[in-house]
Amino acid sequence: MSAGSRPGSRGPGPALDGALALIAVLLIVQMWLLTAALESDLAGHHEVVWPAAIISAVIFAACGGLYLFVEGLDREAGRPR
Amino acid sequence: MKLFRDRRSTPLWRDEFAIDQADERYVNRRQFSKFLVLTSLGMLVGNVMIAVRSWLRGAPPPLPAAPVATASEIPVGAVKLFNYPTPQDPCILVRVAAERFVAYSQKCTHLSCAVYYEAAEKRLECPCHQGYFSVEDGSVLQGPPPRPLPRVVIEQRGETLVATGIETGARPGGHA
Ligand code: FES
Repeated sequence: MSAGSRPGSRGPGPALDGALALIAVLLIVQMWLLTAALESDLAGHHEVVWPAAIISAVIFAACGGLYLFVEGLDREAGRPR
Repeated sequence: MKLFRDRRSTPLWRDEFAIDQADERYVNRRQFSKFLVLTSLGMLVGNVMIAVRSWLRGAPPPLPAAPVATASEIPVGAVKLFNYPTPQDPCILVRVAAERFVAYSQKCTHLSCAVYYEAAEKRLECPCHQGYFSVEDGSVLQGPPPRPLPRVVIEQRGETLVATGIETGARPGGHA
């Protein structure tokens, strides 16, 4: 029986839920950023597109970091892969 | 052939459903988070593509100067419609004072309805969704428009009013 299904043991499940929720929120921000950057670029405000791309990269790094964090917990707990 | 299972061996359901439901759900959620991370990568690629495209395009070439009206044909508080820089770009010229002319693109920055000048309120109004713009600098006063009206740069050369370019974004006080 694995850590997550053992009675009395919660395993890394809550960590995954937390990470999933954070990733979803970050993704919504990133979607807004993409549409705002496109709209500004088409309106002739080119000065915002590089900062938007840099912030988008930071958000992607945060999402990737959260995912790697969960993977690390899984490896420790020996969850199915 | 064995007809009955040994009661002490692993239960049948365990043989047939070798993966716990909880584990399966967990793996599904993890796969979903991986999918979200890949979507995030897609968003990043989109943002970088917009930035690179904007960088490759460079600065737009300067627009040609074009005479649009003569000062005497527009009384104070009146407007004149013209097209600049192409015949598909409607613009509105307003004489706000004896020596002061302002001009803007006539396309509302919300959904491109034509704005008109409301002299009593001294503002440009969009009839579609009640978007109001300041006649002073084209900035949004009210309503859904997300950006100021692009301003047409007007130069007065003698009696003639000449359009010499278009500026995006409000610049208070930057009038002809
Ligand atoms: S089109 Fe002008 S406010 Fe909507």
